[in-house]
Amino acid sequence: MYRETNRHFKFDWMTIIIFLLLIGFGWLNILSASHIGETIDYLDFTQPYGKQLVFIILTFGLIILILSIESKFYERFSSIIYIVSMLSLIGLFIFGKNVNGATSWYAIGGMTIQPSEFAKAATALAVAKYISDLQTDIRTFKDQIQVCIIIIIPAILILLQNDAGSTVVYASFFFVLYREGLPKAYLIIALLLVCISVGSLKFGAIITAITTSIMILAYHFTRKSKPMFLKTLSVIIACIILSFGIKFLYQNILQPHQQDRISLWLRLEKDPIKIAQMRRDILYNLYESEKAISSGGLTGRGFLEGTRTTGKFVPEQHTDYIFSTVGEEWGFTGSIFVVILFVLLLLRILHLAELQKSQFSRVYGYSVASILFFHFMINIGMVMGLIPTIGIPLPFFSYGGSGLWGFTILLFIFIKLDSNRINEW
Amino acid sequence: MRQLLLFILIIIVGLTFITRLFYLQVYNSEAHNLFEDNAIRKVYDYPKRGFVYDRNGVLLVSNQPSYDVMIIPREVKPLDTLEFCSLLKIDKEQFIKIYNKSYHYSPRLPSVFVSHLSKEDYAALQEKMRKYEGFYIQKRSLRDYQTTIGANVLGYIAEATQYQIDNDPYYNMGDLVGKQGVELSYENELRGIKGIKFIQKDRFNRDIGPYKDGIYDTIPQQGKDITISIDAKLQEYGEKLMQNKHGGIVAIEPSTGEILSLISAPTYNPNLLVGRKRSKNFTRLYNDTLSRPLIDRGLLRMHEPGSPFKALVALVALQENAITPQTTVSCSGVYHYGRKGTMGCHCGGGRRDLVLGIAKSCNSYFANAFRKSIDMYPDASHSMDVWSNHMKSFGLGNFLGYDLAIGKKGNIPDGAYYDKWYPDFNWGATTIISNAIGQGEVLVTPIQLANVTAAIANKGFYFIPHIIKNIDGQTIDEKFTTKKQTTIDEKHFDPVIQGLFDVYNYGTAHFLQVPGIDICGKTGTAENFTIIDGKRTQLTDHSIFIAFAPKDNPKIAIAVFVENGYYGARWAGRIASLMIEKYLKGEVTLTQMEKLVLEKSLEEEYAKPYSGTPFTINK
Repeated sequence: MYRETNRHFKFDWMTIIIFLLLIGFGWLNILSASHIGETIDYLDFTQPYGKQLVFIILTFGLIILILSIESKFYERFSSIIYIVSMLSLIGLFIFGKNVNGATSWYAIGGMTIQPSEFAKAATALAVAKYISDLQTDIRTFKDQIQVCIIIIIPAILILLQNDAGSTVVYASFFFVLYREGLPKAYLIIALLLVCISVGSLKFGAIITAITTSIMILAYHFTRKSKPMFLKTLSVIIACIILSFGIKFLYQNILQPHQQDRISLWLRLEKDPIKIAQMRRDILYNLYESEKAISSGGLTGRGFLEGTRTTGKFVPEQHTDYIFSTVGEEWGFTGSIFVVILFVLLLLRILHLAELQKSQFSRVYGYSVASILFFHFMINIGMVMGLIPTIGIPLPFFSYGGSGLWGFTILLFIFIKLDSNRINEW
Repeated sequence: MRQLLLFILIIIVGLTFITRLFYLQVYNSEAHNLFEDNAIRKVYDYPKRGFVYDRNGVLLVSNQPSYDVMIIPREVKPLDTLEFCSLLKIDKEQFIKIYNKSYHYSPRLPSVFVSHLSKEDYAALQEKMRKYEGFYIQKRSLRDYQTTIGANVLGYIAEATQYQIDNDPYYNMGDLVGKQGVELSYENELRGIKGIKFIQKDRFNRDIGPYKDGIYDTIPQQGKDITISIDAKLQEYGEKLMQNKHGGIVAIEPSTGEILSLISAPTYNPNLLVGRKRSKNFTRLYNDTLSRPLIDRGLLRMHEPGSPFKALVALVALQENAITPQTTVSCSGVYHYGRKGTMGCHCGGGRRDLVLGIAKSCNSYFANAFRKSIDMYPDASHSMDVWSNHMKSFGLGNFLGYDLAIGKKGNIPDGAYYDKWYPDFNWGATTIISNAIGQGEVLVTPIQLANVTAAIANKGFYFIPHIIKNIDGQTIDEKFTTKKQTTIDEKHFDPVIQGLFDVYNYGTAHFLQVPGIDICGKTGTAENFTIIDGKRTQLTDHSIFIAFAPKDNPKIAIAVFVENGYYGARWAGRIASLMIEKYLKGEVTLTQMEKLVLEKSLEEEYAKPYSGTPFTINK
């Protein structure tokens, strides 16, 4: 009996409280963004806010289920969970339903389920399992490739379903691998890649190529232990090729709307009339969402009082653009409240992950933090116009059953693993 | 170290977001203002503009509905421009021009696209309006003049200028505001307060219902009706008399200061400045530099007062004890002053006392009176200051303060004025003797002259002339009901009024008598110079006349100014007599005189300076 009660209190309540705050506050904003007219029927299940309420209630059942399963289960069955998840993604190519150009949903009765939301947790489990294997050494190239394959399979499947936003999230596993000992060179290469891509598009290939070459040469000659010059030279040549190749990739691989988003973000277009037109056509959502956030002021217009929210000015406001509702109706105070909640949640998960005694739990916890961080950064950054438009939901906040359950499973598996920390040696 | 990467990134991203939020929501906030919120449609409900009635309750100005096509450029979707243009009766070039102009003004705010549709055009357009997104019809109220008179008094309304929109939050693009006359002076009373409805829009710009169930909405408050002091019949008659002549007539009720008529000639039909032809007509009137119909000569035409000013010169001299009513001057047809100075006189010669001097308009008499006034003090400059103050107490030399927005100060010189003019010269009365007969540096406007007449009629006081009689039951500005006392004692007026009466009995206006009415008046003739090809050229004299009647308990004081009308009694005097009879009797018995005035055209006279050929004057 004593043991039972004690077990409940081993769950990390701080994480659970932040989770509950986010879900609750999120629902209020979905209500605001999706209600029509002056009267609100909370149990109107045809409206997003009514549906979300059902999803939230079902979520608690899901949580109880996750927490009551033996924590060893997740580690033991991680491979099977991963395989099932991948099969569900593959199944989309046959049974999938196309919504807004992406074939990411199964339609079962009146409900739609988006398996990619669950694939994140499955991949995290698989990655944790693989890395925590005694035989695995992430510093070896073989293991790097193998773990990469685990990550890339779902990423490619999702990309093929035309859901580029969700694909980007899989890049977050880089943080996990880096934490677990991936050589620094990868970090440098990743940074170089980003710098060269942005630099080449913004300032032109020649300038970028010359600048990077000089920097690499300077690095080469200032180092005490001189590496082989041939190695440095090959890096330089790779950089130069990349500098010139990126433009080609940009123009030929990316779809026109993706090009436009990047072009606007980097301010590549010079013609003010064309910019204005692009802003109107492509960045309409962003324009409206920024405007909604901006009109909130310090304290916001108040719950259900936002004129831009009421007028449905921001398309998809209850899903990807839910943060603009927070901005308009709750103002600066409400917005930083949400940002701080997320930062606290992420730091808490990171902290807990570091405390884990089993490597599996730690890697999994790290994956959870990384995935949530990516969603947080990309979603809010996009809504405020800091990064190009990438359509992914804000965890626990955005409308959507699959998303809510996917993130809940992701988080609560970790809470369960964490609760078992004391029992592990 | 590896553990720190994600940790630091989370903190950095969190701080970046907070900074960005601070920038968007606090530093650069578009915090809530219903009027600037483009999620809220503002629909204005324009109130009825107040009606204007004349002093006898005759309706002068009412309203008629008008329909403007408004545009919100951002919301315009591709449309069948050909059909749209033909409905609006514009061509495609105009369409593009107006569209660009509106876009330039604001892509989000409504601008007027085409104003003042006729009822027929409106009917045709209304059915198809739904097809044209971004356009809507705004109903407004235009003026409907029930009369063709008093254009300059009544004024007109027109779209608010950008300056007005920027400086008065009440006005929006396309609002109609008073621009002249009564419409301008009583804009705030006449316009009422427009109502506003806030309507929540969705992103497709569809109305989805009243914002907050309409708690911020206001209902329009109707404009107030006003009654002006103009007597429509008298105004109409005066305008008729002034046909084919340039000049102004101002008639005032001395006991109240109410302006009975304010006539400027040439004038125009106020209906010209209503509706779609407004701007075309306005341009035509504005560019008519020969007759300048938009200039209100009754208020703006500064001129030398001529002989009527002698009455004031006499009053000041009496007040300063420079002369007495019994003072006599022997006139030989020319007045000598200084060593070589002479001033001609047409009075016929002989021994003149004050009354006779006024009746015969004897220049010598008033030159003497003026000279004595200035010689009262050893310092001419001081004397001139004293004289100037007396004159200014009649409302001369400064704005009268009446309730119409335009005016001129006129000029009454004082000591400093001549000290500046003659810095090295010990000037005296004889230097500036022309002022004695109203021809020196003295300048007045017809309304000032009418006011002086009223002050004389009242024997020493006047009320600031005003056009307003009644604002929907409320009392008018106190300044119009407060007596303004002149510096001349009441007793001095009797001999002067007797003189003015004798002008009609046997003086310069003896042939202008109106049977049954005792009129006091004074003729005036002012020399008229212009510059032709850089040369100062004399034109036919201006005809000036002041009068009030009846002699006891005066009901009307009038000043008439006819440009190039030759001597005072010729046209101005005749018109004054006819006006007085019309006002006091309601009809005119002097049909002979009336016919003469109506048939006389001075257009030929006005054309002379522009003819380019030599011409004769004063014929």
